[in-house]
Amino acid sequence: MKQFAELVDVLGGSTKTNDKLDALSAYFSEADDKDKVWVIAIFSGRRPKRIVNSTQLLTWCNELVGLPAWLLDECYHTVGDLGETISLLLPEAATTEASHPLHYYLETFIRIEKEAEQTRKNFILDAWDSMTKSERFVFNKLITGSFRIGVSQKMMVNALAKTVNLDPSLIAHRITGNWDPQTTRFDDLLSADAVTTDFSKPYPFYLAYAVETDPATLGDPAGWQAEWKWDGIRGQIIKRNNELFVWSRGEELMTEKFPEYALLKDALPEGTALDGEIMPSKDGKPLPFALLQTRIGRKNVTKKQLSDAPVAFFAYDLLEYAGEDWRERSLDERRKKLDELISNSHLPSVHISPVIIFDAWDQLTEIRKESRTMGAEGLMLKRKSSTYQVGRKRGDWWKWKIDPLVIDCVMVYAQKGHGRRSNLYTDFTFAVKDGDKLVTFTKAYSGLTDKEFNEVDSFVKRNSLEKFGPVRTVKPELVFEVAFEGIAASKRHKSGVALRFPRISRWRKDKHIDEINTIEDLKEMLAVYGKD
Amino acid sequence: MPLIDFTDKGLYCSAGDFYIDPWKPVAKAVITHAHSDHARPGSTSYLCHTHSKPLLQLRLGDNHYQTAEWEETVFVNGIKVSLHPAGHMIGSSQIRIEHNGEVWVISGDYKTEDDGLSGKFEPVKCDTFITESTFGLPIYKWKPQQEIFQDVLDFVAHCREEKKTAVLIAYSFGKAQRLLQCLPGSCETIYVHGAVWNAHETLTKAGWALPDVVRVTPDIPKEKFPGNVVIAPPSAEGTPWMKRFSPYSVGICSGWMQVRGSRRRSNADAGFALSDHADWDGLIEAVKGTGASKVFVTHGFQSAFSRYLNENGIEAAEVKTEYGQEEEKETLVTE
Repeated sequence: MKQFAELVDVLGGSTKTNDKLDALSAYFSEADDKDKVWVIAIFSGRRPKRIVNSTQLLTWCNELVGLPAWLLDECYHTVGDLGETISLLLPEAATTEASHPLHYYLETFIRIEKEAEQTRKNFILDAWDSMTKSERFVFNKLITGSFRIGVSQKMMVNALAKTVNLDPSLIAHRITGNWDPQTTRFDDLLSADAVTTDFSKPYPFYLAYAVETDPATLGDPAGWQAEWKWDGIRGQIIKRNNELFVWSRGEELMTEKFPEYALLKDALPEGTALDGEIMPSKDGKPLPFALLQTRIGRKNVTKKQLSDAPVAFFAYDLLEYAGEDWRERSLDERRKKLDELISNSHLPSVHISPVIIFDAWDQLTEIRKESRTMGAEGLMLKRKSSTYQVGRKRGDWWKWKIDPLVIDCVMVYAQKGHGRRSNLYTDFTFAVKDGDKLVTFTKAYSGLTDKEFNEVDSFVKRNSLEKFGPVRTVKPELVFEVAFEGIAASKRHKSGVALRFPRISRWRKDKHIDEINTIEDLKEMLAVYGKD
Repeated sequence: MPLIDFTDKGLYCSAGDFYIDPWKPVAKAVITHAHSDHARPGSTSYLCHTHSKPLLQLRLGDNHYQTAEWEETVFVNGIKVSLHPAGHMIGSSQIRIEHNGEVWVISGDYKTEDDGLSGKFEPVKCDTFITESTFGLPIYKWKPQQEIFQDVLDFVAHCREEKKTAVLIAYSFGKAQRLLQCLPGSCETIYVHGAVWNAHETLTKAGWALPDVVRVTPDIPKEKFPGNVVIAPPSAEGTPWMKRFSPYSVGICSGWMQVRGSRRRSNADAGFALSDHADWDGLIEAVKGTGASKVFVTHGFQSAFSRYLNENGIEAAEVKTEYGQEEEKETLVTE
């Protein structure tokens, strides 16, 4: 555990990609094989299930430190990280020599997941009692929610590639799919045979960057294919061994969640991998993303959900056909085969994502303006000769999103942030005017520079009454422009609307609170763009 | 009538017609220590500890200064006033005020660990204690100074190995001198920023034996810095002034570095939770040590700390002051 805690220390402390890479590859060359496999699992989203909730953890911590519960909450809101808060509060362990290796803890989590609370509690208390502060931090992060510590899967893959001297795209593929860190050996995971033994394995997704200049600079339009950029969940549908697998981009196996796709098992030929978008959709028309959110996160889908939030697949690429990897073929060729395949399947829940016909970039610029009406968030531009690459790459694929919707509003509540925004008020709630009152309609956490966040933080500290609990009511004075990708009706929000991807686009220091938008403005946007 | 009123100019003793650390100009100011949020310009007359005077002169210019030793009784308009070590920085003092048998103590900023320079903090018995609360949450528990110094030395040694300059960020008044104690022998030359230099020179002239340092000036060849240490104030961080030290690593010395998020936000290569303020245990120990029956809590986590005291049988209330805004607003010395 010490070695891993040190790694996390370096990864979290360093701001330089190269230092992080070096630390990771040093770890991969020195650490125990079992630990390495677990590190790969952790950084590719394969953590064991949580065995306790945060309330239990805080309670047990408090049995050791004996402070009032409200004070622990204050600490938590200031630190912005539960695992770290506990590691800062616990009294020092008598000895820290006896801590176990990383894989021991992770495998114990799995073993005692279903055991009585007392068993899990004893395990955790014993673990705390043998660890240093940084080990406890890492341990707490592993048993609670997310383990985000400034390392992307891509970086981990690159470090692995460097250590074992293989191509990063190969590594990326090998660590996808269904494998169990408990039973997989490091060498097996990275060996060439591994791919064939796991027939559910998806391909690493090819991702696009946003266009950086005028698309006209991309050259002859005839060399490019345009498609709508859908706002759903990127996914792969795979049929192998007469079984169907639905993978999300987050590499979550979601087959059970979308019974709509089940018919594909018979309709698709053996050895097929489709790339496309999992979309809420009816009669071939996309529906707002918000509907899809009612479906994810549930294991069992009810009939009502199926009819309220029907889901379809909008296919746009073919990665495997007849058991053969097609990724090195040109988009043109893949697309032709895909069209053939989908049109032969005649399934109501699978559509081909149409290619947009255009002759000139100007023309496409006009078409792009229709995106919102089409239920899309812009266009995708793909070079017709492009192969299907691994990860986010420049050059052949670009996303060309439409400008977001914006609204001017005033900040009314603030809360301290998490992670590197610890002890800073960075999480804001915004309101628009409703007659002479204000009505809150969204939260937003991002979009300001560090310097602006500092400025707003000091405004909040000066203009709110300090009290307990995380949220401060702030004097409504600071006006911001909030940008968002879409708007939908919502019964859960007082304002009656829910925004998609809200973020702060500008601090309108030039505007007074009298000049902000109104609830009527929002309702008008809902009428225009919020169709369902 | 209370001995101290909380006014819009600062803490006011009406019986003696003087202020303690006022944030607006007044006739008579009693100063706890030389940091800019406690010692502000424009007052007619200042009373401070002997060690604080040269630093106040450097910061505020020539004024009427009256000095006192620790525990020496001074009468200000008939009110008994004395200064007691606060352990925060050189010269930092708690102010004890006595009138009609009632005693109030104003802590200013303080830390309970003896840092070897600032004088050892002593709890002063009183009826009412006004305490700071900069780090008034139990997540703030400092390691002993020796251990933090060792962490700093390890960082410096690591920088040397990598042939980088070790830039340590520390307030020029107080923290820089404290840090300096552990650095001789860690490298060939210890360089300091102009602001640190000014404080250093002032203190040396006043008779303090501080390790030798060299001021960073434009005529020093760039090759001299790697492998050595530079001490610079927070205001220098991230400015073009730093470029000359390239390649360098930055280590920030501040209590805020206790929390990972603050360390990450700082974008520094290392953070050392070396604070000149009392930690949670220190604050509680200090409050209990005074035996005060009433406590006012100023700048920091005043809500949480005063509530905790109240729940533990010590009557406490929070007070809004203008301390702790920014401990040191230094304009970068351009050379």
